[in-house]
Amino acid sequence: MNKSIIPVLTVVAMIMVIWYAASIWMNSKWVYDQAARAGEEVSFSELVKDTWSQDRPVLPAPHQIVQELYKSTVLKKVTSKRSLVFHGWITLSATLLGFIFGTGMGILLAIGIVHNRAMDMSVMPWAIASQTVPIIAIAPMIVVVMSTIGATDFLGKGAATALFGYQPAFMQGLLPKAVIAAYLSFFPVVVGMVKGLRSPDNMQLDLLKTYNASKARTFWSLRLPSSTPYLFTSLKIGMAGALVGAIVSELSASPLRGLGARMLTGSYYGQTIQIWAALFAAAAMAATLVGIIGMIERYSLQRMGMVK
Amino acid sequence: MMWVVGVLIFWVAAYALNIWLSNSKWRNTRAVKFAVPAIFGITILVIWEGLVRGLQVPSVILPPPTMIAAKVAESIPILWGDLVQTFVKGALTGYIIGCGAAVITAILIDRSPFLQRGLMPVGNFIAALPIIGTAPILVMWFGFDWQSKAAVVVVMVFFPMLVNTVQGLKATDQMQRDLMRTYAGSYWQTLFKLRLPAAMPAIFNGLKIATTLALIGAIVAEFFGSPTRGMGFRISVEVGRLGLDMVWAEIFVAALAGSAFYGAVAMLEKGITFWHPSQRR
Repeated sequence: MNKSIIPVLTVVAMIMVIWYAASIWMNSKWVYDQAARAGEEVSFSELVKDTWSQDRPVLPAPHQIVQELYKSTVLKKVTSKRSLVFHGWITLSATLLGFIFGTGMGILLAIGIVHNRAMDMSVMPWAIASQTVPIIAIAPMIVVVMSTIGATDFLGKGAATALFGYQPAFMQGLLPKAVIAAYLSFFPVVVGMVKGLRSPDNMQLDLLKTYNASKARTFWSLRLPSSTPYLFTSLKIGMAGALVGAIVSELSASPLRGLGARMLTGSYYGQTIQIWAALFAAAAMAATLVGIIGMIERYSLQRMGMVK
Repeated sequence: MMWVVGVLIFWVAAYALNIWLSNSKWRNTRAVKFAVPAIFGITILVIWEGLVRGLQVPSVILPPPTMIAAKVAESIPILWGDLVQTFVKGALTGYIIGCGAAVITAILIDRSPFLQRGLMPVGNFIAALPIIGTAPILVMWFGFDWQSKAAVVVVMVFFPMLVNTVQGLKATDQMQRDLMRTYAGSYWQTLFKLRLPAAMPAIFNGLKIATTLALIGAIVAEFFGSPTRGMGFRISVEVGRLGLDMVWAEIFVAALAGSAFYGAVAMLEKGITFWHPSQRR
């Protein structure tokens, strides 16, 4: 672990250098155009200064993105429509709700597949084939159809008002996004869990048979514990999938809220810095979510004595 | 009502047939292994058709499969044009450039353990991020046509491919490499005769993951602006005017193209890595 810190830092530093150089190169055209129009010459230091501080650069410099992130998370009120925390929370709630439903259903289906031969033979080929299909293409359709039939709110307005006293902003339009997020985390979990529940070898299964263990007992004491490493791997894939699903479904959701919507409005109005800030926020969110699963994974595998 | 009852009867009959087939003595024959999922798929289509007709679900919410099939049949020229724009020009170009660049980069950084140690964690990290978000930026840089879609695909497939190839290049063990040394094999001979062939299973793993990513990238990038053709463009436009039969037709084509693409790569894999244990019957 410690051995790779210096190489990683070197690579990151290299990326930064390339990035700054690229932002000079890619933004220089605009600076030169401006200078030519004003009939001035630009020295190199002026060029660097201008390219790193444009309002609408082709490629914003990293410090501009950090500034924008700071401005839109710390300086803005959390409830403001310009706050990235507000939009991030909307995306996060759809991701988490979808992830919980998707993985829950996925695990249940996997249990069914492992115990029922007919289900295994009929569902499994479709589950595997579904991995090759760009399921995300149906996202805009689901969003529009669900809002056509009025199923957009999780809990509905009445129930939410009864619980919280008002309807929180993140709950409006939550359901279609959560459905897509659930769908995208569903199949990786099914495929991974089936593999995991089948991972005990014949010797172990035979041993339980000699103990005269019931099917349920075999499941709880052998199959489920030995599927944990597979479960965590598919949870990580499912979480990443759920986030991508939530972001993509925000492209067609109305009202325009969430990180995906930030990217879309940014691209409409040429606000490159805004797009990059939303992108970085999404990346940070993905890294945090997957990191949390990784931490739980390490802890539980250690407790179970499965760490090599 | 007739439709609903008929559907229920069909469902029970197909389910019973599947249970019987999968517990019968022919259950390990190839025909049954093909028939059971096929019956399951047909059952879903029949239930879909029956429920939509029986409960009179408006076709703006869910069109029945027959209507989608009719739409596919009547708009083949449009669908073909969209497929060429999105799949052949956008996804396939980006796939070839991205995967090719990743393999070359992997071979280059393979010579430097320092770079490997540094680049692999970063590569793994980037591969797990929602790279699809770069689509609006790349559409701004490369314009609305297929070039920007290919660029999105390149960015999306690069890191998964890189990580897999670098892993694959480590697949040979010391003994095999020493053998090449005793033959006085040069670096390039060792690379082409030993290490690249040994890396093929990992490389194909990356190539297979990249097929899906490529199609997703090309379709989603079109939501951020595109010329007046392409699958993503058609889906977003037809959704807007509630032409859901056309949307489903596009989804059908996307599913077909995605599966065929994956299947083609898998077949290539079978031909090239025939020696690998996972290909043994």
